Amino acid sequence: MVDEHRHEPGNLLVVLLDLQQRLGHLDPALVPVVAHELNLSRAEVHGVITFYRDLRTTPPAPVRVRLCRAEACASVGAEALVSDVGERLGARLGGTTPDGQVSLEEVFCLGNCALGPSGQVDGRVHGRLDADRVLDLVARARP
Amino acid sequence: MSAPSNGPVTVWVPRDSAAVSVGADEVAAALKAAAAAHGRDVRLVRTGTRGMLWLEPFVEVETPAGRVGYGPVAARDVDRLVADGLLDGVPTGPAHGPVEEIAWLRDQHRLCLARVGVVDPLSPDDYLAHGGLAGLRRALSLEPAQVVEEVVESGLRGRGGAGFPAGIKWRTVAEAEEAQGGGTTYVCCNADEGDSGTFADRVVLEGDPFALIEGMVVAGYAVGAHEGYVYLRSEYPDAAAVLRRAIALAHERGWLGDDVLGSGFGFELHLRMGAGAYICGEETSMLESLEGRRGTVRAKPPIPALVGLFGRPTVVNNLLTLVSVPAILADGGAAYAALGVERSRGTQVFQLAGNVARGGLVETPFGVTLHDLVHGWGGGTRSGRPLRAVQVGGPLGSYVPADGLDLPTDYEALAAAGAMLGHGGLVLFDDTVDMASMARFAMEFCAEESCGKCTPCRVGAVRGVEVIDRITAGVDPDDNLTLLGDLCDLMTEGSLCAMGGLTPNPVRSALRHFPDDFTARTSPAPPQGTP
Repeated sequence: MVDEHRHEPGNLLVVLLDLQQRLGHLDPALVPVVAHELNLSRAEVHGVITFYRDLRTTPPAPVRVRLCRAEACASVGAEALVSDVGERLGARLGGTTPDGQVSLEEVFCLGNCALGPSGQVDGRVHGRLDADRVLDLVARARP
Repeated sequence: MSAPSNGPVTVWVPRDSAAVSVGADEVAAALKAAAAAHGRDVRLVRTGTRGMLWLEPFVEVETPAGRVGYGPVAARDVDRLVADGLLDGVPTGPAHGPVEEIAWLRDQHRLCLARVGVVDPLSPDDYLAHGGLAGLRRALSLEPAQVVEEVVESGLRGRGGAGFPAGIKWRTVAEAEEAQGGGTTYVCCNADEGDSGTFADRVVLEGDPFALIEGMVVAGYAVGAHEGYVYLRSEYPDAAAVLRRAIALAHERGWLGDDVLGSGFGFELHLRMGAGAYICGEETSMLESLEGRRGTVRAKPPIPALVGLFGRPTVVNNLLTLVSVPAILADGGAAYAALGVERSRGTQVFQLAGNVARGGLVETPFGVTLHDLVHGWGGGTRSGRPLRAVQVGGPLGSYVPADGLDLPTDYEALAAAGAMLGHGGLVLFDDTVDMASMARFAMEFCAEESCGKCTPCRVGAVRGVEVIDRITAGVDPDDNLTLLGDLCDLMTEGSLCAMGGLTPNPVRSALRHFPDDFTARTSPAPPQGTP
């Protein structure tokens, strides 16, 4: 897989994003392999993985809810939405529901700032959200 | 035209992710189904958004009098609207009549947004039919140095926030390339639009991606670069998909590649995705990320124009800067410079966001007042409650009180008033906002997103949250307010980049204009949702 990107200069982040896309997460066991393939130190690979919020070392929950907490969404009630949804799902921000099926994450801006509060359920952006709608979207997305 | 026998009726429905976030895909599907049910032949075109986001999903229908609009259209109402004559342009339901005559749009001066919402973003033929490539063709007929001077003459300044003259930056790169006897130089587009309240980069990418490609090829030709990178944030997957396809189409048409439009000039364009780090919108941090490293800020000097990507001279421009370039070349730098005021020339794409009645994109020459944007185009708050504050210029911009909006949008005039234009985002807040919690959020955000390289930002932001918590808890408020002031001074003066350096803007402006919000609370608990 690394070969696909070998000709691209400065390819570490590209390789890691591609690996995560295929594998779901970046198992720490991959670090020495990637380092060896790209002729980098393990520290460089580990450093990049830990810097970027999108790169993860554990598998994601089956359903991911991301709610925007940035200013534009805050102006239309994002904080209350985050706390309502958290309470009703039984998940704290950054955690999952007790059954581990749904994760609740914060995100800072999805570029939908005129139609907030905004959030993503399984990668799709939704605008003008309220807690009922988020719960409804989650119920439909649950496996 | 109304007779079904006249062939298919063209209907436009946005594919922009804001429109989709409120149901545009469902509306498009419902339109197809309703047309079939009513025996009508429809040609459905998915466009970008016109930028009237409070009217999304906004449907347009071809009529002899031009395109007429309906919005917001709900999927469940589509069948009835079609039965009532929507496909014939009959004014029914949420009808707005001819789109070009809607005052909100008509009163704008659209250069960057000229095609957005009008064309099929992935149709090269649409692009050409609506003036595409005129700028590039003219550029290729000039010497590279003449192209640079045209941009200098236009007065175009960087739209990412710093407002540095784009032409001067290009000249610096071109001269550096020459001084180093040729060799590789790069053009990088900063599309890491992380500021809350800004979404113009995304809308342009999703609605008119060829405009960015054209602007980048012109920039490459002007400075002698044959390679370009677009650095796009991962929160914009739809924009990424559109641009990826547009790059492939541009190759097929010879707009990119070894021999652009048969000129002998070669230019390749690569799309690179970010990975959820706000700081990578800072140009040197973006370069680190493009090189595959942690997105930590580089000390300047050297400036990226001299030592940039992979150590080579590099143009780093915001997406809107580059998208402004084709029009400048097509109509000449002088025509562009004729728009605007003082040292702020041309047009700016303003983004009306947050608690706003008529949110969306307003492109107009510089000089329009914040008041006209907020109350004229924006229509005040969405909630209908009194406006209290407007944050201008993103999370690092100042809060302007509702009675202080009589300011022209001009880089220098705003700076003199203690505000900044940033990337042109305006976020409205009604009177329910607690400004102490917004100030606290600014520090919290900085602590979360700091790259960690310099201490004033990395540690200062954490201390800032703590100090604000003590103030609102009533712990030695006077001493702690002094301490907060000192901390803001330190972050402003001592930080390596704008992240730490400008975070005090929202904090100080909130304190200055809304001091009552910082008095002790009966309940000292921090705001909800705090990790």
